[in-house]
Amino acid sequence: MLELKHLTCGYDSKFTLQDIDFKVGDKELVGIIGPNGSGKTTLLRAITRILKPRKGAVLFDEKNIWQMRFKELARQIAVVPQSFGGVDMSVEDFVLLGRTPHLKEFQFLESKRDLGIAERCMGLTDTFKLKGQLISEISGGERQLALIARALVQEPRLLLLDEPTAHLDITHQVDILDLIKRLNRELGLTVIIVLHDLNLASEYCQRLILLNQGRIYKIGSPDEVLNYKIIEEVYKTVVVVEKNPISSRPYILLVSEEERQKR
Amino acid sequence: MRKKIAGWILWIFVLSGALIGISLYSLTLGPAQIPFKKIISLILEGRYTTELSILLDIRLPRILLGLAIGGALSLAGVILQGMFRNPLVEPYTLGISGGAAIGVCLNIVLGLNTSLGILSLPLSGFLGAILVIMLVYSLSIRKGILKVQGLLLTGVMISFISSSLIMLIMSISRQEDLHGIVFWIMGSLEEPSWLLIKSALGVSFFGLAASYLFCFDLNALALGEEEALHLGINVERTKRLLFIIASLLTGFSVSVAGIIGFVGLVVPHLMRMFVGGDHRILLISSFLCGASFLIFSDALARIIIAPMELPVGVITGILGGSLFIYALTKRQVTLGGKGA
Repeated sequence: MLELKHLTCGYDSKFTLQDIDFKVGDKELVGIIGPNGSGKTTLLRAITRILKPRKGAVLFDEKNIWQMRFKELARQIAVVPQSFGGVDMSVEDFVLLGRTPHLKEFQFLESKRDLGIAERCMGLTDTFKLKGQLISEISGGERQLALIARALVQEPRLLLLDEPTAHLDITHQVDILDLIKRLNRELGLTVIIVLHDLNLASEYCQRLILLNQGRIYKIGSPDEVLNYKIIEEVYKTVVVVEKNPISSRPYILLVSEEERQKR
Repeated sequence: MRKKIAGWILWIFVLSGALIGISLYSLTLGPAQIPFKKIISLILEGRYTTELSILLDIRLPRILLGLAIGGALSLAGVILQGMFRNPLVEPYTLGISGGAAIGVCLNIVLGLNTSLGILSLPLSGFLGAILVIMLVYSLSIRKGILKVQGLLLTGVMISFISSSLIMLIMSISRQEDLHGIVFWIMGSLEEPSWLLIKSALGVSFFGLAASYLFCFDLNALALGEEEALHLGINVERTKRLLFIIASLLTGFSVSVAGIIGFVGLVVPHLMRMFVGGDHRILLISSFLCGASFLIFSDALARIIIAPMELPVGVITGILGGSLFIYALTKRQVTLGGKGA
């Protein structure tokens, strides 16, 4: 579905990403991890046609995304951004903005079908009860759900999320990721998700892409990527990797400097 | 949803009603007392009298021009504020009016309006506006991307430079030209040429229709440029086209009616408070409200120190400015949630 071919890109004269090459198949749930400044968000910006490649290409269904029309791309790929500009509109209006790429020229009102889709997506994300409230006045977790609802309203085939669980407590982290997993399983949505938290990435993703200094360091299953040698080398810290007794996925424990020196 | 649309229709009715009411009331105002009942009978009779002449040749043109200019300036304000997500952006802060002013001043000093005809005045104003816009735009574009901060700063600087240039032109111009420039700069809806009035109306209605092609783009741009792009908006192209529409509206207004400030800043703000940030209703309601506001201000300007007349810019400045401050203290003015 999505293919990055030896992609190199960056801001100004700096190359933030170098020779990124991977494929994402239909209905996959892929996590992108890596330290701060390793190029995770830049990678999402390259996939969503904000950053132009210097070398290489991003292909969606074998078509170069830079040759697709803006609306066409937005009907295939939806983005849940990390930061939120803050607007004063009702949750319902906000979610309905996701229909923008589907509206025809000279269409000034959403059709019954548009409204139905919005209602369904608000139902899926449990935001229907919020629809009359202002988007700026709901909680962080609810806003994240509304952002996901808006992305779903685009009826995309690929969903990109940029750290959807940042600044959320563990209940909301799990709620959001459970929802994403359900969307992936039940609706067959392909998902690429940037995650900061390695344990969440391990628990929810089928495959992980570990970035380091703008290059792919390792691609593979959580078991393959999250081994202590790799993490210590990329993150320059000491960790202990154990197995989650319930899911049997790897999880990472941190060790403070004091304890390290005791050893 | 249905409730929302019903609300929109109600707002359009209310604002249209206000516009018609203010226009009719404004017809009755002036040094010659012509009450409303008399206006109806005069029109029904259709006989050419001095009073009918006052109505149709003096008052009606001002009202029509007020509609065109007020609507156009407010519309330009809405478009620019929505596009740049910045509540301080308006036609004047971007230097568009400065460019138009220089164009008109040069026209007067060089005597082009006497040799080439009256239409050369708005034309040279419009040319000045579009030249400045292109200059500001190209100065603030970096690697194909328009930087809003840079655009604003450049716009404000160009405004300063152009007002200095106008002072320069005024200080070296002849006495009779100086009078013309001062009269024009103060801003007035007194315009003897029907041709200019008709073309101003045409331009502002064209601007209204054209801006509606971009109402969803403007709504999406309220979220930010990257998010608008994620929603399938061709952001760079949209911005360029909106820029042309806004500068057309402003350039024409300034060159026909002079410098009338505050309409483009205050009206969109007020309307955003009342009807919300959805551009599907914001565009038309700002147009209607701006038209009413300018017609009302002009009526005030005509009667406040009658038989003398104030420049309408004085009224819009005082009225608009105080309304704006009142609104600020009553409720946080926001543009898409961003604190103003």
